[in-house]
Amino acid sequence: MNRNARIGLILFTVYLAFYAAFVGLNAFSPETMAQTPIQGINLATVYGFALILLALLLALAYGALCSLLGNGNDSSSRSDR
Amino acid sequence: MIYEPSSIAVIIFLMFVGATMGLSFYLGRRGQSSQSYFAAHGQIPWFINGIAFAGDYLSAASFLGICGMIAFYGYDGFLYSIGYLAGWVVALFVVAEPLKRLGKFTFADALDAKFHSRGIKLTAGISTLAVSLFYLIPQMVGAGVLVQPLLGLSHWQGVTLVGTVVIFIVVSAGMVSTTYVQFFKGGMLVLFSLILTVMILNQGFSVQQGGIDGHVFRTLGPATDEQLSDANWLSEQLGTPAVPVPDVDWSNLNFYRTRISETGQVLTWSLEPNEAGQLLLREAQTFTRTQDGNILVNGLPKGRKRGEPELHPVGFLSKLSGERTSTGPLNPVSYLQELHGAEVVQWPSRVVKETDGSTTTVFFQKVTSGAQLLMPGNHPTFKGIHSDQLTDKVNFISLMLALFCGTASLPHILIRYYTVKDEVSARKSTIVGIGAIGFFYILTLYLGLGAMVSGALDVTDSNMAAPLLAKSMNEWLFAIISAIAFTTVLGTVSGLILASSGAITHDLLASVGKLKLTDSQQVRVAKFASVIIGAIAIVLGIVFEKLNVTYLVGWAFSVAASANLPSLAMMLFWKGTTKQGVIAAVTVGMTSSLAWILLSEDTFKSVYGLDPSLALVPFSQPGIVTIPLGFLTLIVVSLLTRKPAGSTVSGVA
Repeated sequence: MNRNARIGLILFTVYLAFYAAFVGLNAFSPETMAQTPIQGINLATVYGFALILLALLLALAYGALCSLLGNGNDSSSRSDR
Repeated sequence: MIYEPSSIAVIIFLMFVGATMGLSFYLGRRGQSSQSYFAAHGQIPWFINGIAFAGDYLSAASFLGICGMIAFYGYDGFLYSIGYLAGWVVALFVVAEPLKRLGKFTFADALDAKFHSRGIKLTAGISTLAVSLFYLIPQMVGAGVLVQPLLGLSHWQGVTLVGTVVIFIVVSAGMVSTTYVQFFKGGMLVLFSLILTVMILNQGFSVQQGGIDGHVFRTLGPATDEQLSDANWLSEQLGTPAVPVPDVDWSNLNFYRTRISETGQVLTWSLEPNEAGQLLLREAQTFTRTQDGNILVNGLPKGRKRGEPELHPVGFLSKLSGERTSTGPLNPVSYLQELHGAEVVQWPSRVVKETDGSTTTVFFQKVTSGAQLLMPGNHPTFKGIHSDQLTDKVNFISLMLALFCGTASLPHILIRYYTVKDEVSARKSTIVGIGAIGFFYILTLYLGLGAMVSGALDVTDSNMAAPLLAKSMNEWLFAIISAIAFTTVLGTVSGLILASSGAITHDLLASVGKLKLTDSQQVRVAKFASVIIGAIAIVLGIVFEKLNVTYLVGWAFSVAASANLPSLAMMLFWKGTTKQGVIAAVTVGMTSSLAWILLSEDTFKSVYGLDPSLALVPFSQPGIVTIPLGFLTLIVVSLLTRKPAGSTVSGVA
């Protein structure tokens, strides 16, 4: 498996874990979502925002890691297509 | 609710449509090769493509549907935002680069890259068509719903207008014009959503007694049962002669009906017991459809002009913490905190079938705490999380799984990967897309909550929440937002038609049918196919006018995720994948998810009108069953058809 794909899979798994926990909490313990970790803002909102921001952070991390460590698949290094 | 077509809205709308069509015509003047028609020569810059992703993806369901759901039910609409965005993580980390590397014009190309099988091209082509059509219907219906109040057109006129404009865009320059239309729309959508959000925060919250038309919703009482049957008491409370109307059809419901003697208006009140055992009467609104097709509002014929009988706009705060009447400007954090401590008046509805054949929907007040509204589980689709039944919880998990897996499986999103020049660009454009889309979805929470207290909501139509919010703030903003909402449909529908015409021309006719076509012939056939599909989309949009659009989008996601993702993912990561495995997985995924949906409770109730308890499947969302089923089918069939060692297809990664 090429480098990029491996990095991708790891980051994907990280995100999946957070997403699955979010879905699981909502499904099996919705009362937890009513708690307010920040005054006046419930966990549902905080967690929801966090998932959106995490997606962006992981995306940027992926871009950075691929440039640094990955297999550099740009058109200048390939001869086909 | 009275919608007066605003001339500014019409002018700006025409300007937007004119600009998009002019752009398409200009881009198409040079004539095209199939490389240009399907993939824009692979020369779209990554930043443009990233914003185009946003313009392609953020359809009416996202902008209008999510805001509307949040405005009426609170947090639940945001669950769609979270799920939709999460799907982009799958797209970026699993699908983006390999797809770019493997395919040329369509999703079937990539799936078939290592097998060269007509069977795969056939099933993938059919899957693309099926998903695209399911996705097209809600877009066209949404366009009709939007255009009606904004331009004063009827539903079929609106749908035909959208269809025609889109056909023009797609036929003139295919993917090139589609890309720039999507880029333009994506950028405008995010920009104006930001402007609207800033205005919402600046306005803050204030306590009201009614909507922006100034009508104050009255509360009468507390009253005893005897007083309720006393016309004198009633006339005194209302300040005009009135009589109670004991109605046989309403006798078991918690409502009280009264008629104003002078006007004949029939007001309905919901009954609320207080601690002393007396009753408070809260003013409600009714909307009646008689058997001969007339429409009555509160018992009087619905009017057309302001001042005539119509449903009042709603959406207001009944209480702020600390007994204040307004908060002044707020920031994103304090906005949520203030709402958490406030009370909002919701407007749930009941349908009453009356003996004279008419059907009345009564919209009544329900005071709900902000804290409750900011919790998941208020909307019927998500109520299941609070139930004790495991199948209800599984239904929720199934939907969130379908949203997660669906984005990366949508053909019209996947084809955007072919328009950039290489995998690095594919990656960068996806990151830009995630940024734009994620930012937009954060804004949707504020747009929805702002609409909830805008005082401008139409109780019968949640899809209009966002445009009406803009209208309550600024006429120009409303005009621009409506035009953007409309071009939102144009952007997504163009992408869908292009994906479908690619499936027909490139996958089904050329590869499966082995039709030998020169390049220019392929383009001509593709354009012809685009016209046909556009025409079909118009017809379907007219026929399915009454069907709930978010429901259909959910279908499309479930079918896409079940049919396409297992094959795409396994082909990329497992060397043992065989072509029979892929064919079987796509077929099983597609048919099982479709069958499940057709046999589900939701479909029985909303589409067939049958008793939902007769449904054959235990819960409505197929994802959690059919997506793993797709994977399983692929693995099993591949193992059964594996070739002897040394001749298996080599893995792609």
